[in-house]
Amino acid sequence: MKLTAEEKEMLAGKRGNAAKKSMEILVALGEIFGAKRLVPVTSVQVSGVSYANLGDAGLEFLEEMAKDGRARVYTTLNPAGMDLENWRALGIPEDFAKKQKMVIDAFAKMGIQTTCTCTPYFVGNRPKKGSNISWGESSAVTFANSVLGAKTNKEGGPSALAAAITGRTAEYGLLLEENRQAQAVVELKSELKDETDFGALGYLIGKRLGNRVPLITGVKKASEDQLKSLSAALPTYGGPAIFHISGITPNKTGVPAEKITLGQADFEQAKKDMNDAGEVDFVLLGCPHCSIGEIEKIAALLNGKKVKKEFWICAARPVKKEADKKGFSKPIEEAGAKFACDTCHAVAPLKGRFRCVMTNSAKGCFYGRGSNGFKMQLRTMKECVEEALK
Amino acid sequence: MILKGRKICAGKASGEALVSKQGISFYGGVDPNTGIVVEKGHNLEGKCIAGKALVFPQGKGSTVGSYTLYRLKKNGKAPAAIINKECETIVAVGAIISEIPCVDKIEIEKIKDGTIVKIDAEKGIAEIE
Repeated sequence: MKLTAEEKEMLAGKRGNAAKKSMEILVALGEIFGAKRLVPVTSVQVSGVSYANLGDAGLEFLEEMAKDGRARVYTTLNPAGMDLENWRALGIPEDFAKKQKMVIDAFAKMGIQTTCTCTPYFVGNRPKKGSNISWGESSAVTFANSVLGAKTNKEGGPSALAAAITGRTAEYGLLLEENRQAQAVVELKSELKDETDFGALGYLIGKRLGNRVPLITGVKKASEDQLKSLSAALPTYGGPAIFHISGITPNKTGVPAEKITLGQADFEQAKKDMNDAGEVDFVLLGCPHCSIGEIEKIAALLNGKKVKKEFWICAARPVKKEADKKGFSKPIEEAGAKFACDTCHAVAPLKGRFRCVMTNSAKGCFYGRGSNGFKMQLRTMKECVEEALK
Repeated sequence: MILKGRKICAGKASGEALVSKQGISFYGGVDPNTGIVVEKGHNLEGKCIAGKALVFPQGKGSTVGSYTLYRLKKNGKAPAAIINKECETIVAVGAIISEIPCVDKIEIEKIKDGTIVKIDAEKGIAEIE
């Protein structure tokens, strides 16, 4: 791989230890995947923020990097293991909270914006079409590649942090145009009505096509919230971190010869596969984190009512603050639902606290089962709110 | 016998080979406190990777696995070296941040379980006695 003079200096340790370690990571990845060079990035999203996943060793690694590592580009964080302000009300243990705050402090010391969200594109980290970026968090990566037209591979925590510290990433995979082209057409014979249909679409494509890039046809319209749902489900169920939808997404692609069709029966089966039997004791919306438009809808559905089940709404803190200003938070909180900012059910230590969760997220179904051992049910936002009121 | 491959993370080490025919998911698949493989049905299930020359085709699973390797290292339960057929992101990053010598593109079929393997990662080689 060809390195510039500045990159060589970083690798030799002349720009500090964190830059050296970062450059070692980027060069090793570049060599493995056959990159010819490193390229500048304009935006970074770092995953691996929850203390539940990092443990003491991960924390120690971040503190080591924070000694002399500083972010050179705008960098935001993935969800943490708790709401950083309201953790007591959500039942997070004291010792966990202390360690989680130390993780956040290490990132802050590196000059990273400590907005902990899986939807950085709702809070100002919204890269331009065609720009090279380095993002972790598969749903955000897929959204950035497919909906925003930016270019990123699916980074792990350390490789994204390395990009933040050096301002670079290795040029391979989804940074190269030839790897972003569609490999199979997915023709829809069934109309997509709501976010659970878009989630089921991601599930079906992942299962049928594996890692091959889909060009989806037959979609009349899709809101950004619905595309967020598809972006989350597709990589969760084995699909690639990019998709194309004819007439909707911004990237240019050729039309491949291979074609599969999906109809009503496929969608019904997908939803069956993602659903478990059980008595719901926890309702969750905001996987990925809610947009301001989604919060507005939840507020209208809850207005003047009282919930009877534990009900969390996950959102980025700046989006919640916007909801406060616009008067959407009040009817939600008065109904007894709780906002969980900075976090979500996949990364918070919730094992054993609930048995059966209802959500509108196909991705949430996978990680609820996997990370916390919950039984999961997939329903629309409206049905989720109705369940919470029962 | 000398097997030639490629450097992933520099360093020299030697250890008894622990060979897996299957890929390894460090996050969820290996206990970071004990170094014992806990993935159900894995061909190394119940075995401890600490201090071993760990030989496997490639890593799999969550990218958080890189931090699991780091936790193993800090707990004194990391493998002495990693030998892969084809290294991928999770193991490469984990080896670098944990400073575990690592090579890939090695004919791992030639390494028998229990033999002593010497690794010189800078040169990209694994030597079997």
